[in-house]
Amino acid sequence: MTMAPNRTGPSIPRLFGVAVVVLIVLAILPYVVDVYQTQLLTYGMVFAIAALGFNLLLGYTGLLSFGHSAYFGTGAYTVAFIVRDLGAHSMELCILGGLLGTFVVAALFGYVCVRHTRIFFGILTLALSQVLWSLAFKFFWVTGGTDGIRVASANLTLLGGLVDFKGRGAFQRFVFAYYYYVLVLFAVSVVVMWMIVHSPFGKALQAIRDNEVRAGFVGIPVRRYRWIAFVISGLFTGLAGILWVPLNGLTTPDILYWPFSGEIVFMAVLGGFRNFTGPIVGALAFNYLKTYAVASSEYWQLLLGLVLVVLVLVLPTGIVGSTARLYARLFRRA
Amino acid sequence: MTILVIQILNSLFYAAVLFLIAAGLSLIYGVMRIVNLAHGTLYALGAYVSAWIVGSAFGHFMSGTLGLVGLLLLLPLGAVAIAAVGAAIEPTLLRPLYRRPEEYHLLLTFGLLMILEDVMKLLFGGTPLSAGSIMDHMGSIPIGRLIYPAYNLFVIGIGLFAAVGLWWFIYRTKFGVILRATSQDRRMAAALGINVGLVYVQAFAIGCFMAGLGGAVVVPAQAAVLGMGVDALILSFVVIVIGGLGSLEGALVGALIVSFVRTAGIQFFPEIELAVLYLIAAAVLMIRPTGLFGRA
Repeated sequence: MTMAPNRTGPSIPRLFGVAVVVLIVLAILPYVVDVYQTQLLTYGMVFAIAALGFNLLLGYTGLLSFGHSAYFGTGAYTVAFIVRDLGAHSMELCILGGLLGTFVVAALFGYVCVRHTRIFFGILTLALSQVLWSLAFKFFWVTGGTDGIRVASANLTLLGGLVDFKGRGAFQRFVFAYYYYVLVLFAVSVVVMWMIVHSPFGKALQAIRDNEVRAGFVGIPVRRYRWIAFVISGLFTGLAGILWVPLNGLTTPDILYWPFSGEIVFMAVLGGFRNFTGPIVGALAFNYLKTYAVASSEYWQLLLGLVLVVLVLVLPTGIVGSTARLYARLFRRA
Repeated sequence: MTILVIQILNSLFYAAVLFLIAAGLSLIYGVMRIVNLAHGTLYALGAYVSAWIVGSAFGHFMSGTLGLVGLLLLLPLGAVAIAAVGAAIEPTLLRPLYRRPEEYHLLLTFGLLMILEDVMKLLFGGTPLSAGSIMDHMGSIPIGRLIYPAYNLFVIGIGLFAAVGLWWFIYRTKFGVILRATSQDRRMAAALGINVGLVYVQAFAIGCFMAGLGGAVVVPAQAAVLGMGVDALILSFVVIVIGGLGSLEGALVGALIVSFVRTAGIQFFPEIELAVLYLIAAAVLMIRPTGLFGRA
């Protein structure tokens, strides 16, 4: 378990090449697959952004948050409020407003939570996220209670009003356009996160993760850096929540409830939280796994639970970590 | 005045159930340093199993072959079943994880939660399961001009009995000494010849028994429904965070605080009743992370 993220990663030009190929494949896909698959992949990318943000804390700072539903939900509910109460149509406005809302919540919660580490950090993040859940649940005249708030895609416009979704075939057009919208933001998120974790700040976070006391002696302001990491992590997850709402068409308290936080953790671990790409792969895989499990069986939770238990016991490095190790072993043997 | 007495009794009833769940959670954390996210689900499973047993035996009760006392004695069977589940889980799933970071404990028990939730759905179906017949046949007692179910008083008694019993067990018996020694220094205990693996199985089974007992005593008053465990887990988290992780006295005081705040909340500020509880837990963690009774 001493494998640091990207310690022996591939060279930057090669990485860039792989990223370009993946991006081209993702860009072509909607022309090949049907509307449903396009939509499913959009969900996957949205969750990937959430898991990517989450992993800045778990993988790079060594803090396990069990309350990331709070930021996902804050983003989602802020968008719903903006659309419903302010009557706004511009998705860009929603993103700005949602990020602002998430920033406030993440900064506040983070300030409280980073005073602790380990299990206390986990429980504190969980308790605070449940405050938001209970508010969304109880103040039904504001949040619609368990009915949630509807955000119709027909009311939204993309790119400052250039693309709208009125008239015939609106739904198909929305799925198609929104896929590319999310794809661009997903790519931007990945690049930004890559820059963050490879910046001196990112290295400092990893130093804190590996040895907090030593990092403090070197002169790293441990608590403040954790706080900043917390806020950045919350913002990424918040962005995911913002993008999720128009796709889902509805926001309910379920995304604030703590089992959803557990699902975000699940995604990161499924892909492998010791790798940069782990949470991305994990979120995409989790999305397919859950969708098909729900579709095929009433007992999908049982299936997901078994996957998680096996993962923890047998493959703690996740899909990416295990594949990398297998690849390395085969490569060495050849 | 009568209303006040009834509200206090309601709080005590609720505290008794919450104490049973939280004490088990706290005991498991205290001895094994594992935060068991599946604990609430084990409580729910206890409720289902007890309701099912009582439901199956109800015919004998009606025909007179089984008295009310016999029916009441059947309730703890659910708790015993949960203890058996716990004794099976610990050596197979948890034991490989003790050397690994805490993240994996949370993940594994989260996976367990998902599995057990669906196992319940598979075994007992989606319709609520109740053992209300017990409550109906225990009658009620007059308080002022109102009446109050006698069963609730019985549960308060069970809660008190469990608190005293657990205290006696941990602080006054030889096994309690072994348990506390293991919780303080696992390696030292092993060096002194204690079979630590066995102690862990027993501690986990006792913790699960408490959760199952919580479910067993609640099910005559409230039907067992899917999802009840997930709610209960968070409330018992609040309890042990307030009282202190791993502390028995803390679980008792925490359960009382949570129940009274909740009863008052439902009466006076229903919208933020839950939010207040979580905020109290967060405030305790901020000011005194080890809780009111916890050790460092």
